[in-house]
Amino acid sequence: MPDHLLPLGSPTAVSDQVGVAASPALEVQGVTKHFGDVVANEDVNFRIERGRVHALLGENGAGKSTLVNIIFGLYQADTGEVRRNGEVMNLTGPRDAIANQIGMVHQHFQLVPVLSVAENVVLGDEPTRHGVVDLDEAAAVVRRLSERFGLEIDPQALVEDLPIGIQQRVEILRALYREVDILILDEPTAVLTPQETSHLLEVLRGLADTGVAVVFITHKLREVIAVADEITVMRRGRVVGHTTPADTDESDLASMMVGRAVELRLKRTPASPGDQVLTVVDLVVNDDRRTRALNGINLDVRAGEVVGVAGVEGNGQRELVEAITGLRGVVSGSIILDGEEIAGRSPRQISTMGVAHIPEDREKFGLIGAHTVADNMVLNRYHHHPYSSHGIRRPGAVDDEAARLVEEFDVRPPNIAAMVATLSGGNKQKVVAAREFSHESKVMVAAQPTRGIDIGNIEFIHRRLIEYRDAGMAILLVSAELDEVLGVSDRVAVIYGGLIVSCEPAEGIDRDRVGHLMLSGADG
Amino acid sequence: MRWLKPAAVPLIAVGLALGIGAIVLAVSGANPIEAYGALIDGSLSSQKTIGRTLEKATPLIMGGLAVAFAFRAGLFNIGGQGQLVVGGIFAAAVGFGFEGLPWIIHAPLALLVGAVAGAAWGSIAGLLKATSGAHEVITTIMLNFVALNLTDWLASNSWKDEGILSRTPAVEESAVIPLWGSFPTGFLVAVAASFGCWYLLERTTLGFEIRSVGLNGDAARYAGISVQRIIVATMAISGLLAGAGGAIETQGVIGRYEPGFNAGLGFNGITIALLARNHPLGVIPAALLIGAMEAGGSMMQFNADVAPEITDIIEALMLLFVATPIVVRWFFSHQEIAEVSVTSGWGSS
Ligand SMILES: Nc1ncnc2c1ncn2[C@@H]1O[C@H](COP(=O)(O)OP(=O)(O)OP(=O)(O)O)[C@@H](O)[C@H]1O
Ligand SMILES: [Mg+2]
Repeated sequence: MPDHLLPLGSPTAVSDQVGVAASPALEVQGVTKHFGDVVANEDVNFRIERGRVHALLGENGAGKSTLVNIIFGLYQADTGEVRRNGEVMNLTGPRDAIANQIGMVHQHFQLVPVLSVAENVVLGDEPTRHGVVDLDEAAAVVRRLSERFGLEIDPQALVEDLPIGIQQRVEILRALYREVDILILDEPTAVLTPQETSHLLEVLRGLADTGVAVVFITHKLREVIAVADEITVMRRGRVVGHTTPADTDESDLASMMVGRAVELRLKRTPASPGDQVLTVVDLVVNDDRRTRALNGINLDVRAGEVVGVAGVEGNGQRELVEAITGLRGVVSGSIILDGEEIAGRSPRQISTMGVAHIPEDREKFGLIGAHTVADNMVLNRYHHHPYSSHGIRRPGAVDDEAARLVEEFDVRPPNIAAMVATLSGGNKQKVVAAREFSHESKVMVAAQPTRGIDIGNIEFIHRRLIEYRDAGMAILLVSAELDEVLGVSDRVAVIYGGLIVSCEPAEGIDRDRVGHLMLSGADG
Repeated sequence: MRWLKPAAVPLIAVGLALGIGAIVLAVSGANPIEAYGALIDGSLSSQKTIGRTLEKATPLIMGGLAVAFAFRAGLFNIGGQGQLVVGGIFAAAVGFGFEGLPWIIHAPLALLVGAVAGAAWGSIAGLLKATSGAHEVITTIMLNFVALNLTDWLASNSWKDEGILSRTPAVEESAVIPLWGSFPTGFLVAVAASFGCWYLLERTTLGFEIRSVGLNGDAARYAGISVQRIIVATMAISGLLAGAGGAIETQGVIGRYEPGFNAGLGFNGITIALLARNHPLGVIPAALLIGAMEAGGSMMQFNADVAPEITDIIEALMLLFVATPIVVRWFFSHQEIAEVSVTSGWGSS
């Protein structure tokens, strides 16, 4: 196939060829990549076509991020090659990738928080006038791009003031500014609200229609069916299938990924709630900028029930979780755990009193990347028997517990001496979940407990939550996934503007009405 | 050979520095082989010169440990010099202030008081950071000036010796850390301190807390660690190490406290810690290397007629290469260098 004869044109020129089948913008051939003993990619073949949205699926640790990082020049393949328009590319870093019109949006954004949107977009390739950066021109460019691709944004806003979803737009604009014609996004929707997600999917579709090749990684099959033109599935480092949405459905994809049939809907028994264990009364809490985030919240969770908090991100969920777990100070109000006031106590005291916490941001709070898997498994119990005695750590006991948890939660690779930073995103999340589920606790505060986790393991974690509920634990579940909240909870509380605007049994709840409450804080 | 990989960068840096040093020597008209021969002659050729090397290395180990230890909690202790002089003068005060104590009590007591004084001095910066967020780089630099003036004043007033020089009286015989043949006993204390730091960091819960705070303060807080407490404790231990270094120097080498003694010693600690990549055991070879260059430097001057500054140049080059590992990595361009970066840079808070 003489694809190298095709012109290397601008996106508009290329768009004329959309539909002129099979002219891969990029082709990965026989790529293998090892990290020590771990085979992250094995003989991978992967084609990216212009004007198409290509979804990359696979279990946690399947090798998806590794593959796209190789394409972006962050890692070098051991063997195999990557061809761009038919020519072998030898990328030694992201800079080369950008020179080859390949852009990537990472899960952890690489923006400068104190600079404006426009400055971030042009950074490294600034328009100049008389030798100085022309900020007006930069702003104009950003405005043009954002209009053209439907990425609404204020070029003058400071990045640090923007919510995650908008920051992601800045990342995308950065790539578009460099006129990429391949755009790679690694789990872009993991941090987005459902509204932001559907908007992003529209944008990706629009980009593809102008001729850009879009590659995106996700664990959410609904998105794949909705927007992808092509689907590639990986498992254990290998490509195990290639299909299109027309030829497949969610449950098919799920079993292709995991290699077995997966229950997409959680089977569950009704709860039999006991006494109130956690009670939040008139709680007022400030956010990082010292403005009110919670305006007198009331909420209670009983033993043996799951209370789900649904809401659009930024309505106080984070502050609620941090206040309950002691990470954030309380302005007024009280938080009662089993009859005892815990507001204002330290994280250590609260956790000792029986509150487990799966934090929303695993990289920031949940893990220490440079510690081993074993050390992270006991991150908040290292000082307890048997992990230490008289201030001396006992590595043997730590390793035993870690090995048990790694096995039980199927952390891959099952190497407790590995640095957590080397694990795939979903496997990191499993480490956090494993640790928190293994406490003896009264309350579990689970914030986005399945973020970045693959379908098979979501099922596993949801079952764990229900088991813990049935064992008498009180569970407060905070999630941006409405499906998760509705599927796992016994009662659903909707948070809006720092207040709980409704709290009712999940049984028979009207999904649309919850959605409406989340958006406007009021019925009808 | 698990240690070889982390040691690769410093080893190559030292090699490169010596190589370039040889070129500099040749260019300046000296014979590099002769010069390096004299360097070795002056530092490793006899019991006596080895003893001098160990003696020079001792405070370097302590100063290097102080910096390396603090850095494991993400703290940059520039205050080694101040903590060292405070430790030195308090050790001297105990050393000359008590008479008739048996050695087994007097010498350790003076060392202990010096170390505790250094710890107290170090923990001031820790407290300032923990309570008000004042950056330790700034506060430790300020405290260096305060310490130097304070000790000068003490040595020329309350604790002044008779005579015109402002210095303390000589410490009692019973407070001296002796030579054992030509082997300085203080060196053993320094080596023990290195192993102690290693054990503390790697095997104790406190060490786990310190490392956790250094690697990810938010996660440490989540894990129930009081970051403030760890900052104070770390600065105290760091100051303790520097203070003990000053005490050993006072009791083992100089025999009294003299203002201006070992100026720059605290700063050499930064060099040593960098060469050791903040590993407490790596501090020992790093300090021995610099100690040998200091011990042999004068021999080089006499025998090979080389300006002693050449050792400074070589030290500076080593630092440069360790601090910019890119140059060294170039040697490894065919090898897999760890692809995840997990430590924060120097001076990041
Ligand atoms: N820098 C690294 N060092 C060592 N091992 C690594 C490194 N990066 C990835 N791995 C390993 O390679 C394998 C594939 O990881 P990768 O991040 O590509 O998975 P993934 O498909 O993106 O998974 P997830 O869905 O969980 O993000 C994993 O076993 C992981 O532990
Ligand atoms: Mg990944």
